[in-house]
Amino acid sequence: MDNATVLERLRGALPTAVENSSESRGELSIFVRRDAIVDVTRFLRDDPTLSYNFLENLCGVDYLGRTPRFEVVYHLLSHKNRHRICLKVGANEGEAVPTLTGLWATANWQEREAYDLMGIPFAGHPGLQRILLPDDWEGHPLRKDVPLGGEEVAFTFNEDQIYAHKPFAKE
Amino acid sequence: MTAVADPPTVAAYPYTVPSPQEITRPALAGGRDTMVLNMGPHHPSTHGVLRLVVELDGETVVNVAPDIGFLHTGVEKTMESKTYQKAVVLTDRMDYLAPLSNNLSYVLAVEKLLSCVVPPRAQIARVVLTELQRIASHLVWLGSHALDLSAMSVFLYAFREREQILDIFELVSGARLMTSYFRVGGLAYDLPDDFTPTVEAFLDIMPGAADEYEALLSGNPVWLERTVDVGVIDADAAIAFGVSGPMLRAAGIPWDLRKDMPYSSYELFDFDIPIAKKGDIYDRYLVRMAEIRESVKICRQGLQRLKDLGPGPFTTTDRKISPPPKTEITHSMESLIHHFKLWTEGFKPPIGDAYVGIESPRGELGTYIVSDGSPKPYRVHFRAPSFVNLQALPHAAKGRLMADLVALIASMDPVLGDVDR
Repeated sequence: MDNATVLERLRGALPTAVENSSESRGELSIFVRRDAIVDVTRFLRDDPTLSYNFLENLCGVDYLGRTPRFEVVYHLLSHKNRHRICLKVGANEGEAVPTLTGLWATANWQEREAYDLMGIPFAGHPGLQRILLPDDWEGHPLRKDVPLGGEEVAFTFNEDQIYAHKPFAKE
Repeated sequence: MTAVADPPTVAAYPYTVPSPQEITRPALAGGRDTMVLNMGPHHPSTHGVLRLVVELDGETVVNVAPDIGFLHTGVEKTMESKTYQKAVVLTDRMDYLAPLSNNLSYVLAVEKLLSCVVPPRAQIARVVLTELQRIASHLVWLGSHALDLSAMSVFLYAFREREQILDIFELVSGARLMTSYFRVGGLAYDLPDDFTPTVEAFLDIMPGAADEYEALLSGNPVWLERTVDVGVIDADAAIAFGVSGPMLRAAGIPWDLRKDMPYSSYELFDFDIPIAKKGDIYDRYLVRMAEIRESVKICRQGLQRLKDLGPGPFTTTDRKISPPPKTEITHSMESLIHHFKLWTEGFKPPIGDAYVGIESPRGELGTYIVSDGSPKPYRVHFRAPSFVNLQALPHAAKGRLMADLVALIASMDPVLGDVDR
């Protein structure tokens, strides 16, 4: 399976879904329209010749200052063809990306992680809550406008002040 | 918020991952005949700080939801403020039972960004050391798994051999756990002279030791009772939950990145991919035990290759990536400048992104790096195998006994440092 064939087949099946594509170091990246990501991944998964049956990786990237600000990056793997492709979807602040939990259960936690740390909402996700951080955490630490070390460490002398706005901290 | 396409119907899809609130909320509201039990985060059989919310009907698990994040240390965020070279140290701390695998995944991704060529001696050394790491990690899994099922002696046997592997790591890198031995471009320093005899001595005893463990467990009726047909994750479920590594191969899918997408010269080695059929706990035990033997095979071939290669560079000769040797710095101005620039500023990979997946002891450990052309990574994301594999826990535990849940967690071999990062 080579990159050109993948792109050709995808463009043939879903002509409006692909916005752009690039190839670097032998790997294909396809920029997909946000509302088409479910159709695209379903096609790539179910098409018998392509058969990208495994959702390897899903993560968010914050390109602060760019429009759209966020990018959700998907890596799909085809066990049959031993081939990997990368899909990218752009989203601005507050814009929801359709969930892939209906296609791969593995998207569940990976999307929750992207929501928790990057603040990207996923539309249709069955339980979009924080996963790594406590439920009463404020903000999304992997965003570029959150400074490193911005979170004050709780010691005995200042814990009341810090816990005042964290209802779960003492549970 | 702009309109998005209809979300796929989740109800029609058989594989779900419950969240803790799905269990606790109805339980708090009352009206259910089941008991909700909190297990962890400090519980000896959760292998770290994993909290499980278990809904029980008698002793049968109705539903279970993992609650994670107790060991979240923000590795990905911290890396954005380190230079590429300095961030290697942080990777050790994720999957603390396989630090060398973490090192490898990260440095391969950076090398891919840089299009850097690694000398063969370093590549082979990486293979040998990560295979030793795989054996060490599987020994911890075996020992703690057996301990959870109250087979005390296996733990002591397994840690006896693991100790020897840690001694090898100490010999090579100076550290037993947090090795940071693989660096971008090659290795931190050359292999010591007594590396080959020490590893050979270990490889001579390892197959016999594996026989010993199997003599204790494979035919043991208690072990069989607790593991056969328990905690089944079949091939379809494994794919749906993104399960990788020995758990995927135990479900009958012969997928191994070392074989199917070789990296770091694995294509030169001759080894088999052990698989099983059913995907129960016993199959995962068989697969991991067979992997230990395959790793011994790979290590032997690696040592032979190192002998055939003879002494040579252990890191790339590109001075823009890897620092010059100390002897050069003392008399070459250019080397001194290179060294100074590397340690004060670091190197600048071209703008772009790269993803590399390697076969860690737990499954596919992926590193996704975005470079903005500066000496620090713009974004690093780790596809942690423990994190992804753990999602399959509720699916496999439902309808089984509470005691089976303990066996199941141990057979999934999660490392909470890897889950939470």
